[in-house]
Amino acid sequence: MINVQDLHKSYGKNDVLKGISTTIQDGEVIAIIGPSGSGKSTFLRCINLLEMPTSGKIIINGQDITEKKTNLMKVREKVGMVFQHFHLFPHKTVMENLTYAPMKVSKLSKAEAEKRGGELLKQVGLFDKKDEYPNRLSGGQKQRVAIARALAMEPNIMLFDEPTSALDPEMVKEVLDVMKSLTKTGMTMLIVTHEMGFAREVADRVFFLDGGHLIEDAAPQEFFKNPSTQRARDFLEKVL
Amino acid sequence: MNLDFTPIIPSIPYILKGIVVTLEIAAIACVLGFILGVLLSLVKLSGIKPLKWLADFYTSVFRGTPLVLQLIIIYMGIPQMFPNVDIQPMPAAILAFSLNSAAYISEIIRGGIMAVDKGQSEAAQALGVSYASMMKDIILPQALKNIIPALMNEFISLTKESAIVTVIGALDVMRRAYIVGGATFHYIEPLLIAGVIYYIIVLILSYAGKLVEKRMRVSD
Repeated sequence: MINVQDLHKSYGKNDVLKGISTTIQDGEVIAIIGPSGSGKSTFLRCINLLEMPTSGKIIINGQDITEKKTNLMKVREKVGMVFQHFHLFPHKTVMENLTYAPMKVSKLSKAEAEKRGGELLKQVGLFDKKDEYPNRLSGGQKQRVAIARALAMEPNIMLFDEPTSALDPEMVKEVLDVMKSLTKTGMTMLIVTHEMGFAREVADRVFFLDGGHLIEDAAPQEFFKNPSTQRARDFLEKVL
Repeated sequence: MNLDFTPIIPSIPYILKGIVVTLEIAAIACVLGFILGVLLSLVKLSGIKPLKWLADFYTSVFRGTPLVLQLIIIYMGIPQMFPNVDIQPMPAAILAFSLNSAAYISEIIRGGIMAVDKGQSEAAQALGVSYASMMKDIILPQALKNIIPALMNEFISLTKESAIVTVIGALDVMRRAYIVGGATFHYIEPLLIAGVIYYIIVLILSYAGKLVEKRMRVSD
């Protein structure tokens, strides 16, 4: 369970998050949407402490990760993240991308890490690319490898920061399909996305952020059919 | 044209022996300079202010004064300041070149590290990888790949510029060419030979650099 209490994040005088509170149950799939600059990505990046919250609490499974004594690396091990621009390690092969952190951080043997990596690559349909370097892959393939890389650490929570925004349109589906199958495994997922159809289909709840506030938190059917705020209505009118 | 190489032909092997000295200074200084340069660049990029200032100051001093001056100060200054220390030309030369090239290399590496996409460190952090492992396994390999040409340049110029160790009497190619000139009263011919030797060394190093670069590009 993730419990967020009055989360603030500012860069100097620029307040990006202005007090977000919510609770996310294990296995829930949350689609986070909103206009650009609304703080969606910052909110997501606070969950694995890539951004340090200015104030407020984030409690994951009973542990307040915003406390000073928190071991950042231990938190991040169990929170996977997928980035808009993939950020695969270009000097490592696909398989090495998947085995690096499990061997380095979880101290798996090479054989164990490769076994796990191989299974994950099969899961995302890219086992035959295991010895390629990332530069030889298409955008969609890179993102599927990036998802597999995050899963290789066996996280409890997966964060997706606009995972399909940098992809050519014809590659969006293959990535969404992988994510869709992941929702069926009971993984807790937070997805910042502009894919409204996907959000509507797979999310348990939709968060609508605007100006650093979480102004709507509703089931997708409800949110897309009948948003309760004018701001969300305006936004949906523009994107749908 | 008044050039006569015949009187110095017997001395050519003597000059050639200087190659070992030249390469020894350049190679050791390059390795030590690289190690010190990596440490300096990491210090400069770390958040630790006093250390960062120290590293910046170090760099500005060694880049802001002539190498030949640094060399002479190390060679003559150390015995004067510490009378029980007796420093030979070779160690003095290696020390001066190491300290000097570390300053330049640290700036090259700092630039290389900063040029690596910020997403790389975020991706590593998001996987729970420690700072030290991230630097060693993810950031530095990518940074080094990008700066290989600049590092090779530094090594080549180090090799050439090592000729100034002549002023403290280390028996490198240059010094030996002088000595042969003095002994045979043919000054220009040995220097021309020294020039050819330096040029060939640099050509070989440039070629080796291209090979290394090519090997580092397999992932592209």
